[in-house]
Amino acid sequence: MISPYPAITLIVVLIGALTIAGGLVWAERRLLALWQDRYGPNRVGPFGLMQTLADMIKLFFKEDWIPPFADKWVFIMAPAIVMFTVLMSFVVVPFAPGMIISDLNIAVLFFLAMSSLGVYSTVLAGWASDNKYALLGGMRAAAQMLSYEVFMGLSLMGTVLLAGSFDLVDIVNAQRHMWFVVPQFLGFVLFMIAGIAETRRLPFDLPESESELVAGYHSEYSGMKFGMFFVGEYIGILLISSMITVLFFGGWQGPVLPGIVWYFIKTFFFLGFFILLRAALPRPRFDQLMSWGWKLMLPLALANLLVTGAVKLAFFS
Amino acid sequence: MLSIIRALWDVFLHAFRKRVTIQYPEQKAYLAARYRGRIILSRDPEGEERCVACYLCAVACPVDCIALQATEDPTGRRYPEFFRINFSRCIFCGYCEEACPTYAIQLTPDVEMGEYNRQNMVYEKEHLLIDGPGKYPDYNFWRVAGVKIGGKDKGEAEREAPPTDLRSLLP
Repeated sequence: MISPYPAITLIVVLIGALTIAGGLVWAERRLLALWQDRYGPNRVGPFGLMQTLADMIKLFFKEDWIPPFADKWVFIMAPAIVMFTVLMSFVVVPFAPGMIISDLNIAVLFFLAMSSLGVYSTVLAGWASDNKYALLGGMRAAAQMLSYEVFMGLSLMGTVLLAGSFDLVDIVNAQRHMWFVVPQFLGFVLFMIAGIAETRRLPFDLPESESELVAGYHSEYSGMKFGMFFVGEYIGILLISSMITVLFFGGWQGPVLPGIVWYFIKTFFFLGFFILLRAALPRPRFDQLMSWGWKLMLPLALANLLVTGAVKLAFFS
Repeated sequence: MLSIIRALWDVFLHAFRKRVTIQYPEQKAYLAARYRGRIILSRDPEGEERCVACYLCAVACPVDCIALQATEDPTGRRYPEFFRINFSRCIFCGYCEEACPTYAIQLTPDVEMGEYNRQNMVYEKEHLLIDGPGKYPDYNFWRVAGVKIGGKDKGEAEREAPPTDLRSLLP
């Protein structure tokens, strides 16, 4: 079903995604504080809600400095790419029945393509900065995101097989009787892990790893260009949480409450889980990260696909 | 793998713990009586300045934030003509208090000394002097020291015998 007012949906989604990303910065700091027996930002406005706004005003007034040794145009492009790819992915996310910007029949592939393009932002940022730490961060980002991209796609193929469609609306509708997390639990776990690696969140924030690489690929960025990476990361978390909700937890499906409310309840649950991961887990070594990706996750994803395909072929065809 | 889930659960349980933060401006942290905060100059039980301007605090100060000038009153009692502490230099190490032979200079449990103007961090004697004896209520240097000042001759101090009259020892 195509939304009757795609332009309105588009504006609502754009503003909504950016607002939620801003709110997430606050929510993350409050939740981390809660789990570390602190309070977090609670002074600016009620419960500290205006903290992000204050930070944003501050970022806007910071000097927007481009290093003289940097590759200027690539340096400027990189933060734009991360925002662009992440926001483009929201085009295919079905929030509620009829509330979708574009009901693509290859929505899952589109999402995967956009998240692959997102790699460019970090690599180009690391390259254009002409700084050894930034370059190391960019290289790590490239290796990590490409490796985890591989089984991210494969882990989704189970749900695609069960639903018989690449269309996210069809996938949500196919979960009317049972969420795909039940038959595809392994796929869910793999997609979750790949999603953390894709958004470069802790415990997989090796491209940034501030304890070794200053700030990794965005070491040289300041002002609102840094802000774009920052917000891009949070919209990325929102996107991955949305995709988990849509692909494995029935999207808008749920009793009594309207669809959009169920979508938000589920999405915010996973956002909270992402933050809990950051609060609880240390960062692995880079070789550990790579060997998990290739030697453990990829075979598991292949086995999951094989078994799902076999069961589907044997019982449901 | 199990340890990761265990770690997640343990961290999650911290949501129900008491928070350790002290909400500062509304809620004050407990500072012990011996806390090393704002420096004061105390008075003896008779209400006179304890400081005898011996300069030991200024010498002991590792950042040279204490400046003073000694002088004497007509009765021979030493006191500082001016006494100045630059708190923008002070590191609150408490060495001045340790060096002080008369318990005059003391550190107090007060840390709220923020100023917008740096010059306001320089405290003069009238800002430093308090009305009471501070941590040592009964101590009075001049009443135990064998020094002659106005109103107290040699040998009249507490636990002190009158000086021997040297002439009485002559053969």
